[in-house]
Amino acid sequence: MSRNGPLALAFHGLFVTFMLAPIVVVCLVAFTPEGFLSLPTNGFSLRWFRAIADYPEFVHAFWVSLGLGALSSLVAVLVAVPAALALTRYPVPGRGALQALFLSPLMIPHVVLGVAFLRFFTALGLGGTFLALLAAHIVVVFPFAFRLTLAAASGLDPALERAAISLGAGGFTLFRRVTLPLILPGVVSGWALAFIQSFDDLTMTVFLAAPGTETLPVRMFLYIQDNIDPLVTSVSACVIAITMVFLVVLDRLYGLDRVLAGKGSH
Amino acid sequence: MSAAATTTLPATPAATAPERRASRAPLWLILPALLLFTGIVLVPLAMTVLLSFHDWGQYKGIEPVLVLKNWHEIATDPYYAEMFGRTLRIALITTVATALLGAPEAYILNRMSGRWRGIFLLLILGPLLISVVARTLGWALLFGGANGLANKLLMSLGLIASPLPFLFTETGVVIALVHVMMPFMVLSVWAALQRLNPQVEHAAMSLGAGPLTILRRIVLPQVMPGVLSGAIIVFSLSASAFATPAIIGGRRLKVAATLAYDEFLNTLNWPLGAAVAVLLLLGLILIVVGANALVERRYAEVSP
Amino acid sequence: MTTPSRSTTPLLELDRVAKAFGSHVAVEDFSLAVAPGEFISFLGPSGCGKTTTLQMIAGFLAPSRGTIRLEGRDLTQVHPSKRGLGIVFQSYALFPHMTAAENVAFGLEMQRVSRSERTERVRAALAMVGLAGYEDRHPRRMSGGQQQRVALARALVIRPSVLLLDEPLSNLDAKLREEMQIELRQIQRNLGTTTILVTHDQGEALSLSDRIVVMSKGRIEQIGTPQDTYERPASAFAAQFLGKTNDFSARIEGASPARIVAGGWSAPAPVGMRGPVTLSVRPERIGFSEEGLPGRVAARIFQGNHWLFQCETECGPAIVVRPNDGLPQPGEGEAVRLAWRPEDMSLRAGAAA
Repeated sequence: MSRNGPLALAFHGLFVTFMLAPIVVVCLVAFTPEGFLSLPTNGFSLRWFRAIADYPEFVHAFWVSLGLGALSSLVAVLVAVPAALALTRYPVPGRGALQALFLSPLMIPHVVLGVAFLRFFTALGLGGTFLALLAAHIVVVFPFAFRLTLAAASGLDPALERAAISLGAGGFTLFRRVTLPLILPGVVSGWALAFIQSFDDLTMTVFLAAPGTETLPVRMFLYIQDNIDPLVTSVSACVIAITMVFLVVLDRLYGLDRVLAGKGSH
Repeated sequence: MSAAATTTLPATPAATAPERRASRAPLWLILPALLLFTGIVLVPLAMTVLLSFHDWGQYKGIEPVLVLKNWHEIATDPYYAEMFGRTLRIALITTVATALLGAPEAYILNRMSGRWRGIFLLLILGPLLISVVARTLGWALLFGGANGLANKLLMSLGLIASPLPFLFTETGVVIALVHVMMPFMVLSVWAALQRLNPQVEHAAMSLGAGPLTILRRIVLPQVMPGVLSGAIIVFSLSASAFATPAIIGGRRLKVAATLAYDEFLNTLNWPLGAAVAVLLLLGLILIVVGANALVERRYAEVSP
Repeated sequence: MTTPSRSTTPLLELDRVAKAFGSHVAVEDFSLAVAPGEFISFLGPSGCGKTTTLQMIAGFLAPSRGTIRLEGRDLTQVHPSKRGLGIVFQSYALFPHMTAAENVAFGLEMQRVSRSERTERVRAALAMVGLAGYEDRHPRRMSGGQQQRVALARALVIRPSVLLLDEPLSNLDAKLREEMQIELRQIQRNLGTTTILVTHDQGEALSLSDRIVVMSKGRIEQIGTPQDTYERPASAFAAQFLGKTNDFSARIEGASPARIVAGGWSAPAPVGMRGPVTLSVRPERIGFSEEGLPGRVAARIFQGNHWLFQCETECGPAIVVRPNDGLPQPGEGEAVRLAWRPEDMSLRAGAAA
């Protein structure tokens, strides 16, 4: 295939700059030695990273986000894997409708989900609790775990499982020794993507979080609403760094374009 | 669903136990997910729709009666028409801009050699997973009034004489939204390009077509479904975006999502907020389902 | 029979063409002159350089060395879109968003042929490949065979100076492939279009071509008519690749008259060879007789219209194919003697591998 011309490469350069500019700026400002927002022109300093420790709300919010992300993605995977396997293995009545239901949190605007969850959990007397946040996050990250598992499971050659059955494997052994290893990249990618989604979610969580159960994005958002200073940039830089780790893992494991498009082996 | 699964059980006594277990298996595998979604998606949504018909007063709070007061207010007060109009306008401009920039970029990306392609794909799609708050904060820093880096850069390049207002303007919101939504568009076009048979461009070339003709007559028509499905995603996400309009748009430049937030958490008029949210949901469902049907009908022979 | 040395000047000429990708040499020293109207096959296993050569003729790859001339004109600097060659791709590469007629019309549009002439030529081209009435179908709604025909019509309608076929039949099932072979040959003969076919299917190459270019590891092993290449393979590779063959280790013994001896079989030796030789005979040219190379039938396999025998002989294993003519055949384990006419074998110096 022919290469790109100089005009195309110039466009590409501008495009990549546009995509990276805000992220790079946040990370640069985080290293400023000044007491106000500025680029670190007079050397780099870690003072704003150290300042995070003096602002316990951020530290607490980080632990809430971490726990919420880990728990909700774990539960989502545990519920999604059997459902995805059942939908690819058996002639389940209403399969299309079920899939649409399980993917619906992707279609429903998060602000609508936030409103609905706030109404629902308040009516149950669970408003502002970690349990309510957890339940809401499980539902919201479920489609990511479900979609990648579904793709992996439907890309599986059914002859492999039949071969294992003919060799005497059955039930849980079949799942543990044959099916799970084969769909594992999809499941792990689904879990990682679900974790990131939970860790990053603002729109839905901002309706549910109360002081004490504020997640990191919510805390950052409320902080920015009041004022923007280098402290919030250093927190953002940390969040970006954590995401980068997941990003590289996901890309190595499954290919980023496939993870994000939710397309299986094709 | 559970009833259907039970009635399909083999009625003949000859059916062996494993067979019966197999036909019951999907129910037990799907049941947890089904319960979860019924309990925590369908019920809350239904309650929200109901809530939008409730009455509310500054001192009496929410009154569980069925009235059309909130819907009437949204339909008649020009404030809501203006707000929904702004939401729609921002979403549309964002969609067009991502398509015009993202589709060519995906094409350029697709023509790169393997290693560079992987690196740039990671750089362009990666931001999708980075917290929207962090990304929007970056734009707030770049815009930041007259001292914003964007203005400094534009002025030093001689493109503008005096600082442009970005913060608290629709232009600023659109620029930041384009950045937030771009990976979805690139991804969608990228996927369409992957389905393209690479020999097709060679075939057109062998029949005498030049590069521009190939792009216009061969590549674009086949990639168009990808552009349109990307546009549908970008539009629905932009129309319901919260963080970017809230941070860049400030308190005055309200869109549907930020207004619903205000009604719920500041004014505490939940029924009115619920009505705004339900209207947003219904409008988006109509637009997305309609657009999807159009795209599918128009491009039936191209899509696999 | 068409012969390699036609009196006319060659239409297409490849002169010591080579292609290297980095340190990997894909094609080396490829020279060939194609006469007008000739049907040439590039035959070889995957990775032998046949497709690379075709891509260089088409212009999708630039040769590292050598020149390609079309009607005496150097093609090397001509853009693929200006070469005027018709190409049928392995995947057909039909434009999925266009109907059959629009696909076929595309090349004519590029040549700015008037609308009325275009319509007429598209109709004629589709009729020629037996697709009259399919004008408004999209490729996705056509069978593999039909798509193949559209691709052929699209390549031929522009009246190309040379038609290039890149494994065009490999995606069809066996029965359809045979039908298309016959049809392809008829169309090519009727139009007289000079054609180059890339294939790994020896049957296809044998039944379609005027000449076959047998390739291996980027080099030409042999160029010749189908019969020549089959009957008198120039190398061990050509012998093995074109149909099955038996290689026996033999010796040239004695002098004036020298004889070639393979176990119990012997015949007068050709002049000028001595010492150990390899003797090649096609399985269908070996018969069971009273005299000859002694052996034993190890396995007998019935294959419908013929029998296949796997024999052990003192000169190595042998395959014998006999027609199923109703006569009694030796059974498994039976001792037999293998014999063939001297004109049915080919000799190479050196012992069999």
